[in-house]
Amino acid sequence: MGSNTLEIRQLNTSFLTQKGEVRAVMDVSLDVPEGKITGIVGESGCGKSVTAKSVMGLVKYPGKVMSGEILLDGRDIRDIPEKEKCALRGSEVSMIFQEPMTSLNPVIRIGKQVEEALLLHKDIPKEQARIRTVEMLESVGISDAGNRMRCYPHQLSGGLRQRVMIAMAMICRPKLLIADEPTTALDVTVEAQILRLMKKLCSGGTSILLISHNLGVIAQICDYVYVMYAGRIVECADTVTLFDHPAHPYTMGLLRAATSLRQDTEILETIPGVVPNLLHLPKGCSFAPRCGSCGDRCRGEMPLMYEAGEEGHMARCFMC
Amino acid sequence: MSEILLEAKGLTKAFPAGRGRKVHAVTDVSLKVYKGETLGLVGESGCGKSTLGRMMIRLLAPDSGRLLLKGGDVTGMSDRDFLRHRRQLQLIFQDPYASLDPRLTVRELIAEPLRTWNVCRSRDEMTARVLELMEDVGVPGEFLYRYPHQFSGGQRQRIGIARALAADPELIVCDEPVSALDVPVQNQILNLLSGLQKARGLTYLFISHDLSVVRHISDRVCIMFLGMLCEIGETEEIFSSPLHPYTRFLMNAILLPDPHHRHEEDTLLSGEIPSAVNPPPGCRFHTRCPYATDRCRSEVPVMRDMGGRMAACHHPLGHGADLRSSEEARTS
Amino acid sequence: MLPNRSRKIVEEYEKSLKRPMDENLKSQIGEEETFLTLMKRMVRENKLAVFSAVVILLFIIAAVLAPVISPYGLSEMDLRNRLSPPGAGHLFGTDEAGRDILTRLLYGSRVSLLTGVVPTILSMLLGAVLGVVSGFYGRWIDAVIMRIADITLAFPSMLLAMVIMYILGDGLINVFLTLALVNWASVARIVRSQTLQLKETEYVEAARVIGVPKRKIVFRHLLPNCLPTLIVLFTLNVPSAILTESSLSFLGLGIQPPDASWGLMVNSGRQFLYNAPWLSLVPGIAIMVIVLAFNFLGDGLRDVLDPYQKK
Repeated sequence: MGSNTLEIRQLNTSFLTQKGEVRAVMDVSLDVPEGKITGIVGESGCGKSVTAKSVMGLVKYPGKVMSGEILLDGRDIRDIPEKEKCALRGSEVSMIFQEPMTSLNPVIRIGKQVEEALLLHKDIPKEQARIRTVEMLESVGISDAGNRMRCYPHQLSGGLRQRVMIAMAMICRPKLLIADEPTTALDVTVEAQILRLMKKLCSGGTSILLISHNLGVIAQICDYVYVMYAGRIVECADTVTLFDHPAHPYTMGLLRAATSLRQDTEILETIPGVVPNLLHLPKGCSFAPRCGSCGDRCRGEMPLMYEAGEEGHMARCFMC
Repeated sequence: MSEILLEAKGLTKAFPAGRGRKVHAVTDVSLKVYKGETLGLVGESGCGKSTLGRMMIRLLAPDSGRLLLKGGDVTGMSDRDFLRHRRQLQLIFQDPYASLDPRLTVRELIAEPLRTWNVCRSRDEMTARVLELMEDVGVPGEFLYRYPHQFSGGQRQRIGIARALAADPELIVCDEPVSALDVPVQNQILNLLSGLQKARGLTYLFISHDLSVVRHISDRVCIMFLGMLCEIGETEEIFSSPLHPYTRFLMNAILLPDPHHRHEEDTLLSGEIPSAVNPPPGCRFHTRCPYATDRCRSEVPVMRDMGGRMAACHHPLGHGADLRSSEEARTS
Repeated sequence: MLPNRSRKIVEEYEKSLKRPMDENLKSQIGEEETFLTLMKRMVRENKLAVFSAVVILLFIIAAVLAPVISPYGLSEMDLRNRLSPPGAGHLFGTDEAGRDILTRLLYGSRVSLLTGVVPTILSMLLGAVLGVVSGFYGRWIDAVIMRIADITLAFPSMLLAMVIMYILGDGLINVFLTLALVNWASVARIVRSQTLQLKETEYVEAARVIGVPKRKIVFRHLLPNCLPTLIVLFTLNVPSAILTESSLSFLGLGIQPPDASWGLMVNSGRQFLYNAPWLSLVPGIAIMVIVLAFNFLGDGLRDVLDPYQKK
C-alpha cells in the first residue's frame, strides 16, 4: 500500500453571509491515496466543489476555511502564506474546471498558455519549455500539437480545450490533480475519451481527486468514492462496494434514481423532498426528512461515521 | 398510425460565421411528429438539434424547406398570421436559470401567457388559473409571489413547464429540459412530463444529448450528427439494433453507473466532431467512422427505409452487428 | 364564476396564508410587492437613502417657500455690506452687490432643482425609449436612430446647447428642452447596448414562444431590466445638467441676472474666490449635497428594485 498524497482532516468551510453563517463543508475528512482516483459524488450545493477549492486555497470571500487540516504529503498547507500557496498551485497541486472555455484566456495562444504554466514554476530555458509543451500536448491526445499550439482557445472544440486545460494542469507533473466536473460540459463520445485520458494520467503516477455529480463517471474510473450530502460526507467505500452494497439511504436513493432510467419502469425513482437549505439544516441527521427508514433517534442527533460491513466502508447512519 | 401533427420537409438553416463563411447548422432534415407521441431528438452539442427544434416551432425561419402544421403550410406565413398557431407550439428551455425574467414573480411569469391569450376575464380568475397550473406542476401555491432566483433548479423548471402549459399547447419542444439538473430531480421532472402527457394528450419533441433519458421517455427516436439525420425509428428497435454506426458508438459511450461495466478501449469513438463551418463532403460522419469507404467520402447518403425505419448510411450495421462487446455495454 | 377545481385551490391557498407557518417556511415566502411595501422595505433597510430623500424633500420645500422664508428680497441690495462674510445679519454672507447669499440660494434652488431633474427625466425617457427600440427592432430603425445619436454626440455638447438655445431663445422651458436634446444620445447608446444583450437572453425568447407581442416585450422585459443602468445614469446626469445650465447662464443664454441659479452663483463668485470664497462655496456645497442625496437615493432605489436583494 502506498501512502496518501492528500489527507483532509475535519475540514470546515463556511460562507459568512448577511443572513448568517452558511456551513458549506462540515467536518470533512478524506484521503487521496497515491496513484489512485478518488471520487466525491453529490448533488449540486452539497459542498463538493467547496471542498476542492478549500484544498487549493481558492475559496473566495465571503467564504473562509474555518478549521481543519489539509495535509499534502504530510505537510499542512492550510495556513501557509499566500506566496507559498501560489508556488504549490500548479506545481504540486493542480485543478481543472468544468468549463474549459472560461478557464482559458481567449486572447493568448494555447501553446503560450501551457508554456507559461511551466515557466512560472520551473526555472528552465524557453527552448526546453517549448519542447516539454509539445510533448505534454501530445501526451494528452492532441495530434498535430506543433500547429495546434498556435491556435486561440475559441478555435478549438470543447474536448480539445479540456485537453489543453489538462495539459496545463499536468505540465509541472503535480502530485495531485483535482478535477471538478471535468466532463460535464462535454459530449458523451468526448467525455469517454477524457475519462480514458484521466485514467492514463493516474497510472502515470498522479493522484486524482475527481468531483462529479454523475454516478456514471464515478463508476467508470474511480477507485474509492466519498458521497457528500448537505456539506457532510455520508458514505465512503471502494467503488465496487459502494455500487453493490450502498449502506446510506441517500446513496441508495441516488443509485436507484440513476439506474431506474435503464429499467423499463413507468415511474422513475426519485428521492422525495428537496435538498435542505444549509442555513436551516434540520436537527439531527440532515437526510432524516427525506429518509424512508428514519427513526426518532435520527431526528434528534447527527449520526457519526460507522463501519458498514467491509473494511474501509463507512456510512453516517444509525442503521448500519 | 395516428394523425401527423407537425411535419418538416427538407429544413435547412445556415448561420453567417463572418468572412463569408457559414455554419451549416441543419441540412435537409425531414421528419414527422405524430399526435400524442414523444419523439426524441439525440445528438452531441453543435449538431443542430436546438436549431431544428426552434425551426419546428417557427421560432427561427428556415433558409429552405417547409413546415406543415396539421397538413397546412405555415412556412411562409407572416408572424401576425402565425400568432393564432403560436399557442399550439410551445418550448421548454434547458436552462431554468436563464429562461425566467428575474424581475417577475411566479404569478406574473405564469400569468404572462394567460394575459397574452386573453384567457381570463378577471384578476381573480387569473390568480386561480395560475394557482391551478402551479398545482399541476407541483409548485406550492404559497410561493405565488416569490422570484425565480429563490427557487431550486427543479422548481424553476416546473415554473417553465407551467408557463408552457398555460398556453394549452398541443406540441411542446423540450430543449434539454433536464440536463442542468441532478439525477433525482431530473427523474422528478421526467415523471412530471410523462404524467402531463397522459393527462393532457400532449405531444413532445424531446431534445437531449443523454441517450438514457431519451430512451426512457421517447416512443420514437431520431439521431442527429452535424446537422443531418442519421437514423429514425421506434425507440426499442434503435436501441436493440442500431443501423447507423454513429448510433452504435453513441450507445457505447453511455456511462453506466455500474463499476462492473467499464468501457473497453475499442468500443469507443476516437477523434473530434468536424466543424459545421466546413462539413466533410459525402457522409458527414465518415471522418470518424471505422467502416467508411470511398463512396462515403464522396456521396451523401440519403434517408432510406430499412425494414420499417429510416437510416442514412451506405453501409448500415446488420442485426447483431460487428462492434465488439457493444451488447454488454448497452444495458445492465 | 370560477370552476369548482379552481375554487378549491384558491380556498386552500387562502387558508394556507392564514395558517400560522413554521419559521423556516415563513422566511421563504414572498408577499405581493406594491409601491408601499417597497418603500417600507427601503425605510427599514437603507437609512441613508431615506435620509437622502428627506434632504431632497427639504430642498424642494425650501424652493417652493422661497419668497416666504427668505430673510431678504431677491435683488435687495445692502450696499454697505458688500462681500460681508457669513455672520449674524447675513447667514451665508453677501455678494459683490450686497445681496444676501441665503436668499439667492433659496431662490436659485427653484431653477437649479428643476434644471437638474426635469431635463434629466426628459432625456432619460427619450433616450431609454429610443435606445430600447433601436436595440430591439434593429435594421433601419436602429440605423436611423443611432446615426442621429452619433451626430448629436459628435458635436461638443456646449456648442450644441448654444446652437439650440439660439434657435429656441431664452427661458427656463427652453433650457429644459435644450438640456434634454443634448443628453438623450448617450442614454440611448447605453440603453441600446444593454438591450442588445438582454434580447439574446432566454427569457426574452421564452416570451416570444408564448406569443407576447414585441411592444409588450419591450415594456415588460427589456425596460425593467435596464432599470439599474437608468438609475445610475440618472444620478450621473442630474449634476451635469445643473452645471451645464450654469455654463449656459454664464454665456448669457440661460437664466439671466438678476434671477438666480446655483450654477450662476458659483460662476459669478469665481472672481472673488480669494477674498470672498463663500460666494462660490455656499452654492457649490448646495450642489454637492443635492447630488450626493440623489446618488444615495438612487442606490437605495436600485437595491430595493433588485429582485436578487429581495428576501
